[in-house]
Amino acid sequence: MSVKILIPTPLRPYAEKNESVQFDVRTVGEALDLLTGRFAELRQHLYADDGRLRSFVNVYVNDEDIRFLQKEKTPLREGDIVSIIPSIAGGLL
Amino acid sequence: MLRLHDELAQRIRSHGEVCYPHECCGALLGRGDGPEREIVDLLPLENRHGESPRSRFAVSPEDFRRAERFARERGLDLVGWYHSHPDHPALPSEFDRAHAWPWYSYVIVSVAQGRAGQISAWRLDDNRSRFTPDRLETAERSAA
Ligand SMILES: [Zn+2]
Repeated sequence: MSVKILIPTPLRPYAEKNESVQFDVRTVGEALDLLTGRFAELRQHLYADDGRLRSFVNVYVNDEDIRFLQKEKTPLREGDIVSIIPSIAGGLL
Repeated sequence: MLRLHDELAQRIRSHGEVCYPHECCGALLGRGDGPEREIVDLLPLENRHGESPRSRFAVSPEDFRRAERFARERGLDLVGWYHSHPDHPALPSEFDRAHAWPWYSYVIVSVAQGRAGQISAWRLDDNRSRFTPDRLETAERSAA
C-alpha cells in the first residue's frame, strides 16, 4: 500500500528537509519504522525512552487520531495520508 | 533574528487584549529556515485549554493542520506560534519550555491589566534544555 507521511516543519531538519515521504506499508507502525529507519535522528523526537510514541506527538491517518483507531496497528490503505502532528501548548506558570 | 512587521505585532497585541484574562494563541506564518526569519502572516487560533485558559494555552491537532494548510496555500511555512501572558512578563515559563519544539519561533506578549505591553521572541535549543532569546526586528512593511 503506497502511503504518504507528512513531516511537520520542526522535524524536517532531522529528515533531510523532506516535507513528506512515500512508503509501501500495511500499518502505521510499519510506516513509522521505515521513517525512523531512513532518518535515524527522528527517532528521539518521536519516541520516548521506553520506546513508546511521545505523548506530545500525535499521529493521524487522514482525519483520524490513531489513538482512536488501532494505534500503531492501524491498517493503511492505498493513498492514505499519515500526518505527524506535534502537540502545541504552553502557559505562564 | 525574527522580523515582525508592526502591523502583525499590533495584531498579536490586540489578540492578547481581546482574550484577556485568558491566554491567546495563534500560528506564525512566514519564511526562513535558518537563523533569519520573517513573519508574513498570522492565524489567530482559539485557546483549546479547557481547564486553565488563564495560565495555559493549547492548540488542537485540527487547528494545527488548519494552520499548516493555511500556510501552504499562501506559499508560506508554519514557522512558529504566539501566545500571551496575562499579568506576567513576556518570558517563557518552564511549562512553555517543556512543551516547546526546536526550530519554531515562539513569540510571547505580556498583557497587564488588559493592556498589551512587551513582545519577545524565542527559540528552543536543539537539545530542548533552554530557550534562547531571538532578536526581534519590528519594521513597517515595505511597499514592495
Ligand atoms: Zn507562555
